[in-house]
Order: sequence, then C-alpha cells, then structure tokens
Amino acid sequence: MKIQEIANIINGQVLTSGLDAGREISQAFSSDLMSDVLTRDYEDTVLITGLANLQAIRTAEMSDIGLIIIARGKEVGEEMIRLAESSDIVLIKSAYSLFRISGLLYEAGIKPIF
Amino acid sequence: MLQTYKVTGGDFVNAGKASSSVKGILKQLNVLAGLIKRVVVALYEAEVNVAAHAYSGNILVEIESDQVRIRVTDSGPGIEDIQMAMKEGFSTASKEVREMGFGAGMGLANIKKNSDTFNITSVPGEGTTVEIINKLTD
Ligand SMILES: Nc1ncnc2c1ncn2[C@@H]1O[C@H](COP(=O)(O)OP(=O)(O)O)[C@@H](O)[C@H]1O
Ligand SMILES: [Mg+2]
Repeated sequence: MKIQEIANIINGQVLTSGLDAGREISQAFSSDLMSDVLTRDYEDTVLITGLANLQAIRTAEMSDIGLIIIARGKEVGEEMIRLAESSDIVLIKSAYSLFRISGLLYEAGIKPIF
Repeated sequence: MLQTYKVTGGDFVNAGKASSSVKGILKQLNVLAGLIKRVVVALYEAEVNVAAHAYSGNILVEIESDQVRIRVTDSGPGIEDIQMAMKEGFSTASKEVREMGFGAGMGLANIKKNSDTFNITSVPGEGTTVEIINKLTD
C-alpha cells in the first residue's frame, strides 16, 4: 500500500517532505517500546507509535523502517521532522489512538509482522 | 579505518549519532543490509546504555575489510552483577529513560544477540566496557 493511501485511511498528515512517497508498505508493528522494536527484522514496514521523540526516529533508522506513524496526535517537533528527512524516513501524524490506527490498517490489508 | 565518538550521560538528543554515522559508513562500503543492521542495532543499544546509565563514554570503531570491532567504554556506576544485568527484564532505568522508549531490560540481551562476539566487563564505581565484533562478509 502506498504511503499516501495509508495517510488517508488514518486521517493522517504527512509531515516530512522531499521523500519518495511512492514506497510500498505491506506490514506494520505497533509499539511504544523502542527496545522491543529493535529486536525484530522488517521489510516494507510501518512503525506505529505514540512515542514522539528523536529516539523513535533513530530506532526506525537502525531497524530499516521507512515509515513511522505518530499516534494520539502527539506533538512532533521540527527537529524530529528534520532528522526523519535526513534518515529517509517518512513521518505521518494522526490524531487517532494506536489501537484505532492499527485496526484500520489491519482491516485495509496491512499484515502484522508476527 | 578507525572512528571515535563521544557519548554524554543523560543526552537523549544526541544518543544514536554514532550508530547513525557507522550505518552510513558501512552502507558506503556496500556491506549487506542484514549485516549492517546487526552492527548498528547492537551499537545503538550500547550507545543508549551510556546515555541512560553512565556519565560519559567513548566509542571506538575499527572497520576492516571483513569485520568491525566496536568498543564502548564509559565512566559511570558500573554493573555489580553482570549476569543479572544480562537477564531480559532486569533494569534499573529511571522513569525518564522509560519515557524515551527504553528501560525494559532488553538492551544487553539484544546486543549479545546481534553480535558475533560479545564481551562485557565492568568495575562498580568506575565504569563499563562493551565489546562487539561482527563479520562484514557472509
Ligand atoms: N553502561 C552501563 N553502565 C551502568 N549500568 C549499565 C550499563 N549498561 C547496562 N547497565 C545495567 O544493566 C541493566 C540492563 O541493561 P539493558 O539490558 O540495556 O536494559 P535497560 O537499559 O533497558 O535497563 C540496566 O538497567 C543497568 O542497571
Ligand atoms: Mg539498555
């Protein structure tokens, strides 16, 4: 599924600019615990998290995750957006809860990573 | 190739910069993505441990054609019981560290899992050294 399509489904807003919005996402992992994210392998995966800080971006970078959805309408700082852009990670912000975002994307055919 | 980085205790803005730099270097050397990931995940958790648990640290990264050797040395409280610290779920992390998405006691076990060779030594009251050696070819 294309990133813009994902953003539409969760009523989200793409915060990063200048990145390839055509990338395909097929799986998702939802977590606020970065140590947990770091224990798995990912391919074409979106990280859905309520953790809006720089370490969420770093974690995605180390994990080869190309899309992060920040849930619950958490404030996303300018520094986070810049770090995401320089790490080639698309950031989407949504006001919906982690559960709602996960449910909507699951329903739309995004697969769990396990 | 030899790279050094500094890590400051409590600094969660810059934690991860060293890992990010090493990732960039290994990518440029065309190392397989899966092998890069093991190295940078291990280094990143070690870097976060310095930020979370120590006062300051140094990272030494030696990249050779077929392997990378990383040494993360810190000045800090050290670890009394390493066997206990290695157990998944054991953590002395502060509330602040947990709010950063860490502090679940999974870091050291994951560093070990992602290392071909893993060593940890610590002197309570002085500091801790973590060594990670990984092959860069399959
Ligand atoms: N560099 C370090 N200096 C002092 N203590 C450490 C260091 N690294 C790890 N520890 C100790 O080992 C515990 C487990 O570490 P880890 O598995 O990374 O989990 P976490 O960092 O989430 O607590 C820490 O809570 C801390 O007590
Ligand atoms: Mg840790």
